[in-house]
Amino acid sequence: MKGFGRYIIFLGSLFVRRETFMTYYKLTMEECINIGVKSILLFVLVSSFMGGVTTLQTGANLVSPFVPRFIISNVVREMTILELAPTIMAIIYAGKVGSSMSGGLGTMRITEQIDALEVMGINAASYLVLPKIVASLMMYPLLVIISGICALLGGYLVGTLTEILTPTEYVYGIRYSFNEFFISFALIKSFVFAFLIASISSFKGYFTKGGALEVGIASTQAVTASIIAILLADYFLAYLLL
Amino acid sequence: MIKIKNISKSFDDKEVINGISGEFVKGKTNLIIGASGTGKSVLLKCIVGLIQPDTGNVFYDLRNFTEADKEMKSEIRREIGMLFQGGALFDSKNVEENIMFPLNILTRMSAADKIERVNFCLQRVGLEGVNKKMPSEISGGMKKRVGIARAIVNNPNYLFCDEPNSGLDPQTSIVIDELIMEITHEFDITTVVVTHDMNSVMGIGERVMFLHKGHKLWDGSNKDIAHSGVQELEEFVFTNKIMKNLKVG
Repeated sequence: MKGFGRYIIFLGSLFVRRETFMTYYKLTMEECINIGVKSILLFVLVSSFMGGVTTLQTGANLVSPFVPRFIISNVVREMTILELAPTIMAIIYAGKVGSSMSGGLGTMRITEQIDALEVMGINAASYLVLPKIVASLMMYPLLVIISGICALLGGYLVGTLTEILTPTEYVYGIRYSFNEFFISFALIKSFVFAFLIASISSFKGYFTKGGALEVGIASTQAVTASIIAILLADYFLAYLLL
Repeated sequence: MIKIKNISKSFDDKEVINGISGEFVKGKTNLIIGASGTGKSVLLKCIVGLIQPDTGNVFYDLRNFTEADKEMKSEIRREIGMLFQGGALFDSKNVEENIMFPLNILTRMSAADKIERVNFCLQRVGLEGVNKKMPSEISGGMKKRVGIARAIVNNPNYLFCDEPNSGLDPQTSIVIDELIMEITHEFDITTVVVTHDMNSVMGIGERVMFLHKGHKLWDGSNKDIAHSGVQELEEFVFTNKIMKNLKVG
């Protein structure tokens, strides 16, 4: 509970003694490139394979002649939109971006760079962390959208090339009984996860004490705590919104 | 001038500094000396506000920093320059960007004026032409000099140096010490240096405060150390054989 209290106080400290809008704008754009643009390749790769493998495995399990083949792509769509794109990718995002945020801030802490900012009269927490959280909120939902598209394309390629189903069946399954709210639900989840990963990782890194070993420990803790928070939030959001 | 009154700080019931009072004079290099773990750096961090003391007050030219509101604290901090033990240069910025950083944040100078000021500071610390180098590409001594340049770029009234010689060879240490002293006299600023380097004490210690186990035991000029009559200070300063010979001499 003490840790949670410190986390809430930390979040509150991001909004006091702020710098100018232009300062945050520049920093946020830099962070968008670091955490968003530089993650696109990984997301495309993982999502495409995830969509392909999901198609293969669903196809292997739906062998009944009473189940039409388009159900395979229908299952791929539901899995991708509801869980694979927002949640599983969030775990990958926590591993890549969260550990980097925590490690970066931890190193800045132990090398007194954060103290240097404070001595200059700058609110270091706000200056360093707020742009990361805003950039994460801007970029992660976009990455989830890219991920969803790539997963469905990956499924299409694997499904049609291995002749599990025809292109027409795949597209029909994708469009069959579509609930638009699932897209909104995935985006709501992506915003929540983006905030949790960026804020928890920054919190862990910002309060690192010690040396290089502790920076490593903080990064590990950041990823672990982020993943637990993602899974809990995933459960509660599904419970509340579906 | 900086005045401290009755500064105490404990961490988890462990008392680190206790009831320290004193003055740091303008236009002079004021040294805080003592063995490792005596609370020198904690005292320095209390003075610059990185650590909130449990008791006591810090006055910057009669302005009570400890009890000041956020705006006043921010205003005082903008008059402070600090050199950290490892330089604390921002890894992601090159030398020029590091030095320019306080100007970008704290002033509305034009880009040309900022460049001119950065080049002046680099020239002042003897590092012309390294503007585009990254911190990872320069030596420890150069990092300290860039740190000094960054500390003075905003024309501070107060300069703080935490162990400026740590990790440097004796020759570079002397260069850094002399630079700090020259800058102090040239810009007439209040400089506070935390050190346990005896060469620094004897070289630039115009005023010296000696801490021992979290207490202030003595203050005065480096010329008076030999006659201080404080056993702990003499033991600390004259541990070194060369220093002992100097005392005998």
